[in-house]
Amino acid sequence: MTTTTRTTPPATTTAPKAHRPSAGRRAQVWLADHFAILSAILVLLYLFLPVAYTFVFSFNDHGKTNIVWQGFTWEHWQDPCGVQGVCESLVTSLEVGVISTVVATILGTLMALAMVRYRFRGKSASNLLIFVPMATPEIVMGAALLTIFVQGFSGIGINLGFTTIAFSHIMFCLSFVVVTVRARIQSLDPRIEEAAQDLYASPMQTFWKVTFPLILPGIAGAAMLAFSLSFDDFIITNFVSGNESTFPKFVYVASRRGIPAEANVIGFSMFVIAVLLVVGAQVVSSLRASKLKS
Amino acid sequence: MSALAQVAGDPTLDPPAAAPEVKRRSWTAYVLMLPGVLWLCVFFLLPLVQLASVSLQSRYPGFPGYYYRDLNFSNYASALTDYAPHFARSFLYAGLATFLAFAVAYPLAYAMAFKAGRWRNFMMICVIAPFFTSFILRTFAWSQILADEGWVAGVLNFLHLLPNGHIINTPIAVVAGLTYNFLPFMVLPIYASLERADPRVIEAGGDLYANGFTTFRTVTLPISMPGVLAGTLLTFIPAAGDFVNMELLGPQRGKMIGNVINDQFLAVPGGYPVAAALSFTLMAAILVLVFLYVRRFGTEDLV
Repeated sequence: MTTTTRTTPPATTTAPKAHRPSAGRRAQVWLADHFAILSAILVLLYLFLPVAYTFVFSFNDHGKTNIVWQGFTWEHWQDPCGVQGVCESLVTSLEVGVISTVVATILGTLMALAMVRYRFRGKSASNLLIFVPMATPEIVMGAALLTIFVQGFSGIGINLGFTTIAFSHIMFCLSFVVVTVRARIQSLDPRIEEAAQDLYASPMQTFWKVTFPLILPGIAGAAMLAFSLSFDDFIITNFVSGNESTFPKFVYVASRRGIPAEANVIGFSMFVIAVLLVVGAQVVSSLRASKLKS
Repeated sequence: MSALAQVAGDPTLDPPAAAPEVKRRSWTAYVLMLPGVLWLCVFFLLPLVQLASVSLQSRYPGFPGYYYRDLNFSNYASALTDYAPHFARSFLYAGLATFLAFAVAYPLAYAMAFKAGRWRNFMMICVIAPFFTSFILRTFAWSQILADEGWVAGVLNFLHLLPNGHIINTPIAVVAGLTYNFLPFMVLPIYASLERADPRVIEAGGDLYANGFTTFRTVTLPISMPGVLAGTLLTFIPAAGDFVNMELLGPQRGKMIGNVINDQFLAVPGGYPVAAALSFTLMAAILVLVFLYVRRFGTEDLV
């Protein structure tokens, strides 16, 4: 809020004959000063508008299609699994999400540690290999994976389905985990680890007692990012899923004839759960910070 | 967020460490790297090689869905001639959406960095939170919001601003959807680079009698350039390859290249080779555009 102080003219420099600016001028100054914050509020409202629609239409007493408002009902919230396939696809998405989060977080953290802490041959090539998947359009990755699964891996018994979805999700989550965890490790003061070693900690002890707890918030953040990327992915999943259905795929297929309100119930519930988790994590970290200060 | 900002940086360069750090050389590094690198080789590089090979395959006449290995470059010729308008549309819509997302995201990122005070974390959660609802559900919600019966079309029609009376199923709706869907990828890197800036530098602009706009143009915007660069790339690349917004919000005819690739692979029998050639062309086109763009805007600020 430091910049707002500029609006009040400094009293010492004004001549005594300085008069109050006119009301129009003051309104102009006020607007200029609050322009950023007002437009920020408008943008946030814009961001939440579709979420609000999703919420409201989860109560719609719709017939065949859930497009126009027809009346209020609790029905969909009482039985979110009432529509065939909705909860099965949700379970698949959660399973894929957990598996790919765990694998990608472990592999990615190991890579991040190696990239920051060691010098090794092929480092810049590895860097490129990590960067390029993030700059490749999903549709190209999905297409490439489809061709290799259909023309290559099906020969060794891997058919399109749950396994291929999980393999693909691990792949595209991996880069984001590496980049997130690496940023955290880079921000650590290396002297903390040196201090541990000066105090005769073995490399293993140093890692588990000092380094790991310090980079844990970064790992947790990376895991949340990986889970949300996996859970919400549609384009790659659509290519590699075969007959398996994930939650986004269910919603997409259903959208041709109208998404059932049960999907809105589940989508909005996931939103609430995720927000509670994020707020909880913020509260925990600020509590920890204030504890450290005192 | 610094993670996102880093994405646009030169990936082959590590940012200089704060303290001159002695880096160890050890076989441990190879053990740590091996599983991840293997995974990326098998599930990223190898599939791309296969995609390249498919893009040169030919069909067995009379057996849709069966192909033989070949060096059939005509797949690329037909990709470029038959689908040039689709490529043009994709880049046009993605470019428009990127520009709009920039215009919408900048004030928000600016307010978060300099005006939000203790509301900063709250605003950060607000930016990310909507994206915990499935993006297809949100895109579908836009199809309800922009529908002919909806209030947006109603207001615009009342003001006679819509030439043919619809928003839904027009390119306008597609661009609106693309703008919305990738907005956080624009907000977060810009915010990350503004947050690191010293607000006193920007105040100094005012002290030197620059007006608000001049200060913005000569001080604030250059400071945030790395974030703007990362944000525009993170918005443009997925937007150019997207097909969901077109499918849910767009017209029946005049699709984007993502729709063509998706349909050729999943709905058209025998479509693999041309679709693979299209995918490769898309990737190459995006890489070239990104390269030119980074060279034009990014050189000094990124190093």
